[in-house]
Amino acid sequence: MAANAHHEESFVSKYIFSHDHKMISKQFLITAIFMGIVAVMLSVFFRLQLGWPGQSFGILETFLGKWAPDGVLDRNAYLALVTIHGTIMVFFVLTGGLSGTFSNLLIPLQIGARDMASGFLNMLSYWMFLASSVIMISSLFVEGGAASGGWTVYPPLSALPQAMPGSGMGMTLWLVSMVLFVASSLLGGLNYIVTIINLRTKGMKMTRLPLTIWAFLVTAILGVLSFPVLVSAVVLLIMDRSMGTAFYLSDIHIAGEALDVTGGSPILYQHLFWFLGHPEVYIVLLPALGISSEIISTNSRKPIFGYRAMIGSILAIGFLSFIVWGHHMFVTGMNPFLGSVFVFTTLLIAIPSAVKAFNYITTLWKGNIRLTPAMLFSIGLVSTFVTGGLTGIVLADSALDVNVHDTYFVVAHFHIVMGLSAIFGMLAGVYHWFPKMFGKMLNTKLGFAHFWLTLICGYGTFFPMHFVGMAGAPRRYYEYSQFEFLDWVMDLQPIISTFAIIGAIAQLIFLFNFFFSIFRGQVATANPWQANTLEWTTPVEHVHGNWPGALPEVHRWAYDYSNPNYEEDFVPQTVPLKAGEEDH
Amino acid sequence: MKLLILLVVVVGVVALAQLARVYELSAKLRKRREEDISHADNRLNASLFIVFMLAFYAGTIYLYTVYGDYLPASASEHGVGVDALMSVNIWIITAVFFLVNTLLFVFTAKYYYKKDRKAKFFPHDNRLEMIWTVIPSIVLAGIIIFGLRTWNDMTGESSDEAILIELYSKQFDWTARYAGANEEFGVSNFNLITSNNPLGIVTNEGINESLAELDAKIEELEATVNYERGVLVNKKTDFEKQLKHLHEHHAGHGHADEHAEEDHGENHGHDGLTEEQLKSEIAKIEEMLKSDKVSVLSDVALEAKQDKLYRLKRHKQRVLDIENFDFSDEQSLSAWEAGKDDKIVKGEFHLPIGKEVEFVFRSRDVIHSAYMPHFRTQMNCVPGVPTRFKMTPTITTDSMRTIMDDPEFNYVLLCNKVCGSAHFNMQMKVIVESQEDYDNWLNEQKTFFVEEVKEEEAPAAPVAEGEPTASIN
Repeated sequence: MAANAHHEESFVSKYIFSHDHKMISKQFLITAIFMGIVAVMLSVFFRLQLGWPGQSFGILETFLGKWAPDGVLDRNAYLALVTIHGTIMVFFVLTGGLSGTFSNLLIPLQIGARDMASGFLNMLSYWMFLASSVIMISSLFVEGGAASGGWTVYPPLSALPQAMPGSGMGMTLWLVSMVLFVASSLLGGLNYIVTIINLRTKGMKMTRLPLTIWAFLVTAILGVLSFPVLVSAVVLLIMDRSMGTAFYLSDIHIAGEALDVTGGSPILYQHLFWFLGHPEVYIVLLPALGISSEIISTNSRKPIFGYRAMIGSILAIGFLSFIVWGHHMFVTGMNPFLGSVFVFTTLLIAIPSAVKAFNYITTLWKGNIRLTPAMLFSIGLVSTFVTGGLTGIVLADSALDVNVHDTYFVVAHFHIVMGLSAIFGMLAGVYHWFPKMFGKMLNTKLGFAHFWLTLICGYGTFFPMHFVGMAGAPRRYYEYSQFEFLDWVMDLQPIISTFAIIGAIAQLIFLFNFFFSIFRGQVATANPWQANTLEWTTPVEHVHGNWPGALPEVHRWAYDYSNPNYEEDFVPQTVPLKAGEEDH
Repeated sequence: MKLLILLVVVVGVVALAQLARVYELSAKLRKRREEDISHADNRLNASLFIVFMLAFYAGTIYLYTVYGDYLPASASEHGVGVDALMSVNIWIITAVFFLVNTLLFVFTAKYYYKKDRKAKFFPHDNRLEMIWTVIPSIVLAGIIIFGLRTWNDMTGESSDEAILIELYSKQFDWTARYAGANEEFGVSNFNLITSNNPLGIVTNEGINESLAELDAKIEELEATVNYERGVLVNKKTDFEKQLKHLHEHHAGHGHADEHAEEDHGENHGHDGLTEEQLKSEIAKIEEMLKSDKVSVLSDVALEAKQDKLYRLKRHKQRVLDIENFDFSDEQSLSAWEAGKDDKIVKGEFHLPIGKEVEFVFRSRDVIHSAYMPHFRTQMNCVPGVPTRFKMTPTITTDSMRTIMDDPEFNYVLLCNKVCGSAHFNMQMKVIVESQEDYDNWLNEQKTFFVEEVKEEEAPAAPVAEGEPTASIN
């Protein structure tokens, strides 16, 4: 590709079928924002039911029609909303949205490459993502409603259309959508890995890579190794549903009929699902941690503390994430000894996680912290990562898991550690790299308001859920009035719902800021945050091939902030080492 | 009303846009750039972190005080160990929660940006990093050891004296089964489930009942399918054609006969039906067509019914396969007979205090989870894969009512794995009482099937098809 390939392009090749990683990244981001809006709205709908069970809300009838007769949410619709909320958030917003946006934007820019290794595969990855998003959304509109067995869609519930209305057409679409999603994810992941390994510019040693890239690399490896397992689980489920096989089915008598199935095991599905499912947690979390590493270092005007330890922790977390899936299955009747092994491996993850948390805090110590909106969200991320991670210690302990498994305690745990942390990471990334993506600045004051409302409402929504769960309240219940022993703790439900609704409304501030600034925002300068990484050496106006001239050459790591050898408090990676100066 | 809302939204958007415009212009006038965070903003956000931290801690402490006693003391033996482990864990994570969040927020607030200051260049420190690798490792080692000891205590083998109770789940209720006098569950098979035999316990009577029910269903469906108008009309047309061919044959068209033979080769009638027989068949069909049993079904509905008929016949064959079970093996035979005195209860089940119980969990349809929070007990019920959990109840329902100061209190078993629309109300009462009360209660429960033993033999099985392997679990 010619270095100054800034040729004229048609609208279609520039904005629609673009091979340019910067455009694809924007496509991912905007699709993910749309999916996020849908998922948040779904959660508001079911939080209305949970906060004020049985009460009539006009808004429910307006949006859901026959699913909310007289403004009261239908039971089956409730389960469908919960399921699709989870699916969209985990896969479409936090996997596709987060990795798709920032891996695409930052990998070529931060390693000094003209584009991804394969622009075409990259484009294909986005279009498959879009197709799977469209199918997932359309599954909300079919007869019987969307898939309703929870985002994990355990068979036999998901395998048998007789079991619930959502296991009919809605479930079929869910499965088809997931197959496309995984294909998209694999194309993206392979591309990221190949690009990072092969296309680094001169001087960009692996030990000089920004932590964002390290995080994206490990994320992509996790995805490439684990998503195929999900696809096999999904394909076997499709076969059980449509072709009369019995991989997951055995000894079932349902709707007055003994089915002609023996010998399968529903537990097999869970093993396959969680073999993806647990690495998936880190597929969601690692990019967020990588983004926040970068932002915290830049805005503290300090090198990230313990760069090599941070890489080590990312690698350790990535490795361990493959041998812990069984902790989702302590109460499936698995051999207790096997359970013990999973307790051990799971709790080991706390060590690299602790290292990361303390390294972030030490980076802040004696820093010169610019509290930009991106920085606020990154600090919020560290807080939620710690708060949510700690309750993971309880859940990893099989003896304790028995009593809190599938309760609100779990809901609290993963919404804080994975939901809030990853969303904070994503928002931090948007605030930080918006000037790089759109050449404009986001409004800072609106950013502050957005952060504070989101942080308060995030904790306000999910923190009290720990107590609801410890009192024994199961998740995915339509209402709790059937159980007197839970009455006293249900006082918390309206409070939780109120925070959730305010939190959802607060996102409008962001949406307004985002779309307004694309068109009317202050025009960005080349390096607004005075950062060291390569993306800030590119011109504000996007050019094909990223750098108009030759590719930049790298001479140092990305974290020379407040280096005592220099006057300025930042030293871009392209600045050659002074005579006698040692690399980090 | 809707118009008004729309109006408000439109005005709101316009107002916002105008505000943004004003802000934009004023920022331009002051030459302020978005990336330059003013000292005032930094200070404000820094202090907001402290305010937030204090409010967050106040909320946390409030939640701990009001909701900290999340459940009453454990009503099972192993639960005491679980609660102790939980307390230790909660103490540790709460301490770390306060420590780390405080460091985070205080550092953020303390070191906010000042123009004249330069940050400390501090890229790494092996000693510090060693500290926060080793200390968490030690703490975690403690947690792991304590946790695994508790886990081993919970999951060990149950003693020989343990009472065996089966908890059987289906959409959307629970059934409990007690082993009866012989302390052994009869084998069960999902093919035998009927309304009188909800667990599909294998006995001769169970098989007979299942066969009777299946036969009735098959007969009913066959009647519907046979009386379907389209099917009848097709049959009639077919017979009439044959009749016509027969006439033509009589008229001496030998070749036509061969064609007819090909046309109707494997179809009814032609192989040997005489003219009279054909006529009487047609008359029969005409008679049938007049009967009020005739129904009209769409192709799809008819196909569905035929499909269902096929499945019912397969089902019947599976039941017949069980019947061909090997009676010569004494051990199998005793398992076969063991089901007769099993006791099946719904709505509530009872447990004697201080006696170990071994639960066996099964499911009829989808995965359920048997959750008894007061006993710190939970296990999934998986179709096709029986699971187990043992526990010893230590507090009677009556004592717990006193402890809770709630005369209405009851232990519950609830479903904790999403299983369909009524998942949220799939429950069963659990009563813990003295051994004496328990014995009395159990004696009152009826045994399965013994009362209604039917004398007649099972209908002779058409054994020819299918292997006589028992699909008994």
